[in-house]
Amino acid sequence: MEKAVSTDKLTKRFGDFVATNEITFDVAQGEIFGFLGANGAGKTTAIRMLCGLLRPSSGSATIAGFDVYRQTEQIKQVIGYMSQRFSLYEDLTVRENIRFYGGIYGLPKAELRRKSDEIIQQLDLGGVADKLVASLPLGWKQRLAFSVALVHDPRIVFLDEPTGGVDPITRRQFWDMIYEAASRGTTIFVTTHYMDEAEYCNRVSIMVDGRIKALDTPAAMKQSFGVDSMDGVFQILARGTSTK
Amino acid sequence: MDAIQIDRVSKAFAGTQAVNDVSLTVKKGELFGLIGPDGAGKTTLFKILVTLLRPDQGKAQVNGMDVVGDFRKLRPLIGYMPGRFSLYPDLSVEENLSFFATVFGTTIAANYELIRDIYVQLEPFKNRRAGALSGGMKQKLALCCALIHKPDVLFLDEPTTGVDAVSRKEFWDMLHRLNERGLTILVSTPYMDEAGQCDRIALMQTGQILAVDTPAGVENLFQKPLFAVKARETYRLIQDLRAAPFTETCYAFGEYLHLTSLPSVTAEIIRDYLIQKYHEAVEIKPIKAGIEDSFMALMQHHGEGSQHG
Repeated sequence: MEKAVSTDKLTKRFGDFVATNEITFDVAQGEIFGFLGANGAGKTTAIRMLCGLLRPSSGSATIAGFDVYRQTEQIKQVIGYMSQRFSLYEDLTVRENIRFYGGIYGLPKAELRRKSDEIIQQLDLGGVADKLVASLPLGWKQRLAFSVALVHDPRIVFLDEPTGGVDPITRRQFWDMIYEAASRGTTIFVTTHYMDEAEYCNRVSIMVDGRIKALDTPAAMKQSFGVDSMDGVFQILARGTSTK
Repeated sequence: MDAIQIDRVSKAFAGTQAVNDVSLTVKKGELFGLIGPDGAGKTTLFKILVTLLRPDQGKAQVNGMDVVGDFRKLRPLIGYMPGRFSLYPDLSVEENLSFFATVFGTTIAANYELIRDIYVQLEPFKNRRAGALSGGMKQKLALCCALIHKPDVLFLDEPTTGVDAVSRKEFWDMLHRLNERGLTILVSTPYMDEAGQCDRIALMQTGQILAVDTPAGVENLFQKPLFAVKARETYRLIQDLRAAPFTETCYAFGEYLHLTSLPSVTAEIIRDYLIQKYHEAVEIKPIKAGIEDSFMALMQHHGEGSQHG
């Protein structure tokens, strides 16, 4: 089956600084892939290249078969993106946000109406569908942002610290949604600072100073580093390199 | 005299009860953690304690001084690091530090001893604009600026949010060293795994305090049978366990699921059920609850969380 993500020595330089240094990895369709690393390790630069937002300096990468140099518009059609900071318009209502994003992705009117009703029903937002997003609790916003990121049925969705700051129950409800999307075949590409969430991924990569230092299933990684948690693995790999 | 004394404090904004009848005492020399998600009311409570907001109701004292009536006398005695980066981005590292020292009528040299361990890591960049520092460095500079007038009580509002696991650990090491010198520290965090670093913690949710105790004491509040369960297909395992007749709650906890069951349920009963559902590589063990288990149980007890569903 075609890979959701495939990179070969993907590199980005800013002047003398190599932000992302020859990273090579594949992500299978339907996989939950954890993309970990310390602050400043080069994760954001890598994600921007994979989303077709930043032209690589060298190396190659394809997203759902599309080339990150030449086919950036096609890439934007097959990916979804959600960040912790900004995903929804606070001054639009729940329904308006869904319609706005669906419209951007060119969903036909009837389809858009069907999708809006489906999302509102799934998230149990019927009572607040015409309320401003600003008035919703953070946990609801995040789950709505995730559904909106999936409104155009993307092949792969990039989640950049999607669960920061939410309560522990909502955080797990969010992961239920991730599992469900993955079970329907959507590839999940997720970054997080919660090391327990690294365990929920099928495979995990850990970036240190622009390079991928380890890539494996959480179980295999823990075994090879002789520790009993992903936090242990992370502390060994990223220690002493993160604070600059 | 206690370092912080909060007596039935409430604060509302435009109809939202941000802090709801909170009472709390922090002893001198304690490293005290306020643990809770965004919207719990942590920041509002901090702002009341550092004299930036007046409570609608209730009273609060820091070092025996009233946060409303004695705010002028109190301000020099406290250090405050807000959740948002709030230094001057166009001033250099050194200029920021010397600005804060001057505002409090002191000098960097006078209190250098207190910040030495942290500031040595910043010194190579002392001429860099604060706005151009990395996240970890900004955080260290903000801590230095909050300490430079040698406060008695230090207030740190979510210093580790969005910070990676390694830098978070380093930050807590710094806090322990400051605490050992006698500084009282009130720190807030949304990360439950940091609760264990504190002498005592308060769990907060939607403006209320759910529990106050030592980390071990909070763990002991969890009274129901708890099992860690694992099998090959995690997502199907969650769904099957949630549908099981013996289940109260079932949540993912890293590698395992944590299953809270009805009383008198054994690992064998759970195993038989899962084998009937054709689960493979099943692993079940009774476990002791952690802080996060307790927090979630308390949240549900207070009628929260389930409404999010």
